[in-house]
Amino acid sequence: MRWQLTWNIVTFLFWKAIKMASLLVAISFISFLLVKNSPIDPIQAYVGADMLNVSQEQREKIEEYWGLNQPVMEQFMSWSSAVLSGDLGTSMIFRLPVSEVIGERFLNSIALMSVAWVLSGVIGFSIGILAAMNTGTWIDRMIKWYCYTLASTPTFWMGLLLLIVFAVWLNWFPVGMGVPAGVLAEDVTIMDRIKHLILPALTLSIIGVANVALHTRQKLIEVLSSDYVVFARARGEKGFTLFWRHGLRNIALPAITLQFAAFSELFGGAVLAEQVFSYPGLGQATVEAGLRGDIPLLLGLVLFSAIFVFVGNVIADLIYRVVDPRTREGKSYAVKQ
Amino acid sequence: MSILKVNNLSVSFKQYTSGLRQTTHQVISNLNIELVSGEILAVVGASGSGKSLLAHAILGILPLNAETSGQITYDGEVLTSKRQEQLRGKEIALVPQSVSYLNPLMRVGSQVRSSVRKRNAKQAQEEVFQRYHLKKEVGNMYPFQLSGGMARRVLVSTAMVSGASVIIADEPTPGLDKVVIEEALNNFREFADQGCAVMLISHDIESALKIADKVAVFYEGTVLEVAPVEDFEGKGDRLRHPYTQALWRALPQNDFTWIEGSI
Repeated sequence: MRWQLTWNIVTFLFWKAIKMASLLVAISFISFLLVKNSPIDPIQAYVGADMLNVSQEQREKIEEYWGLNQPVMEQFMSWSSAVLSGDLGTSMIFRLPVSEVIGERFLNSIALMSVAWVLSGVIGFSIGILAAMNTGTWIDRMIKWYCYTLASTPTFWMGLLLLIVFAVWLNWFPVGMGVPAGVLAEDVTIMDRIKHLILPALTLSIIGVANVALHTRQKLIEVLSSDYVVFARARGEKGFTLFWRHGLRNIALPAITLQFAAFSELFGGAVLAEQVFSYPGLGQATVEAGLRGDIPLLLGLVLFSAIFVFVGNVIADLIYRVVDPRTREGKSYAVKQ
Repeated sequence: MSILKVNNLSVSFKQYTSGLRQTTHQVISNLNIELVSGEILAVVGASGSGKSLLAHAILGILPLNAETSGQITYDGEVLTSKRQEQLRGKEIALVPQSVSYLNPLMRVGSQVRSSVRKRNAKQAQEEVFQRYHLKKEVGNMYPFQLSGGMARRVLVSTAMVSGASVIIADEPTPGLDKVVIEEALNNFREFADQGCAVMLISHDIESALKIADKVAVFYEGTVLEVAPVEDFEGKGDRLRHPYTQALWRALPQNDFTWIEGSI
C-alpha cells in the first residue's frame, strides 16, 4: 500500500511538472508576443524624460545593442534562453535584477496574502457551517446576503472603504505603504510592519470569505440530508458528535481544496488591494511595471504568478490524493476478497 | 407479545408549489400494523409507495417538512419524538438499503463500533464480523471498497451489535444475487428466532414469503391487509383483499395474470 501511494504521487508530480513546463513555455511565448505588439517602446521606457536628448543615430545604436532590429522569433529565443539560464533581465524602474525585485516584493506579498488566505478560509468555513446548521433562519439569510453582497464587491472599493473609515476617520491605522514614511529602514519595528499590513489583509480576507462560506454551506446542507446522516441519526447519534463524525469529515476536504484552488483570485485581489494601499508587494509592482513599460519585470511577474497559481492547484489536487481514501486506496481490498 | 404498535399513522409533506403556495402531500394515511417479538412482519408493496417513510416515521427521522399524526407505541408506551430519540439505535434499529447509508470517509469497523451500546465496542464488532464471515481487515476498509454482499453484511452487523429488540429492515435485498439475498433473509430469520421483532420492508414478495410470519400489503400509503404467510397459496382464495389476490396471482409461478384496470 505505502509504496504504491508513494509511486502514485511521484508519477502524479512528474506529469504535473511536464504540464507546468508546457504551460510556462506557452505563457512566455504569448506574453512576449503581446508585449512586442503593444505600443510600449522599450527604448523610451528605458531612457525616460531624456528621450529628447537621444538622437536618431544613438537610438539605432541602442536598438542594435539590444537586438531590437532582429526578427521577433530570434528576440524571443534570446530572451527565453536567458530566462532558462536564470537571468530574467534587469528591471528598468528599479534598476535591479528582476529576480531580486520579485523576491523582495514576494516576501511582502506573501505576508499579506497568507494572512488573508488563512483568515478568509477560517472565517468563511465557520460562517458556512453556521448558515447550514441554521438553514432557513434569519442567521442563514443574513450570512447568505452578506456573502452575495461581498461576492459582487470590487476589491478596490472595499479597500477604499476601509481606508476611509479606519485610516482617515478613526485614525487607527496608517493610510498606506508597507512601512512608516521618513523612518530609517533599520528603525522599522515588526509592530510597524504589522500595523501597515492589517488593512490590506483585512480587505483581501473580507472579499475572500464569500466563496468558501457559500460552498461550505451548500456542501454541509447536502451532507446533512444524505443517506449516511439519516442512518447515523437512526443509530441514535445526534448534536455535536453527529456533526463532528459525519459532517465535518465530509466538508473539510472540499473546502481546503477550494481554498488552494483560489490562489488565482488571491493574487488578483492582492494586485488591487496593494494598489489602493500603496503596499509594496508583487501586485503593486505588476501595476507599476505595466504602466511604466518595464518589460523585463512584467514578463518576470507573469511567469512568477503563473507558477504561483499552478502550485496552488497542484497542492489542491495532491491533498485529495493523499487525504481522501477513495482516491488514496483504490479498490485493491475488494479484489482480494 | 406485541412490542410495537402503529395506530392510524398518517404522514404528509408540506411543499411549496408555485411561488409561495403551499400544498400538503399525503404519503401515508391511517396505517395500522403491529410487530410481535419473535416474528417477522413483511411489508410488501410497489417501489416508491412510501414504505421507507413508514420506517423513518417509526424511528422519528423524517425530514423536517414532514408532519405525522396517529400514535406509535413501544412496549405499551407512547413514542413521543423525545422517546424516539432515546430508543433509536438502542431498542429500535434500522438496517438500511444500501452502502450509501455508510459514511464514505469513515472505516466501516468504526462505524459498526459506534452502534454498540451495551458492551465493549471493539470486541462486539470483531465477534459480529466473524459471525458474518467478514475478514478482520474488512474493519479497516472504507465503504467504497466493499462488494455488495459485504456491504449487506456490514449493514446487518450494525443492527446486530446494537442489541435492539425491534429491527426494521428497509429493502435489504435490491440488486443482490440469489445467494446473498438468501443469506440476508436468513440473518433476519435469526434475529426473529432470538426473540427480536423484525419488520422487513420489501417489494420482493416472493423472497419475503420465504421467511416472514405475516405479510402486510402496502398500497397507496396504507396497509390493505395483514395476512399470515400460509394464506399465500394456491389461487390465493384465503386472501381477503382483491389487491392482495391480484398481487399474488400476478407472480410468474402462479397465474401470471393481471386484473383489468390495475395497470
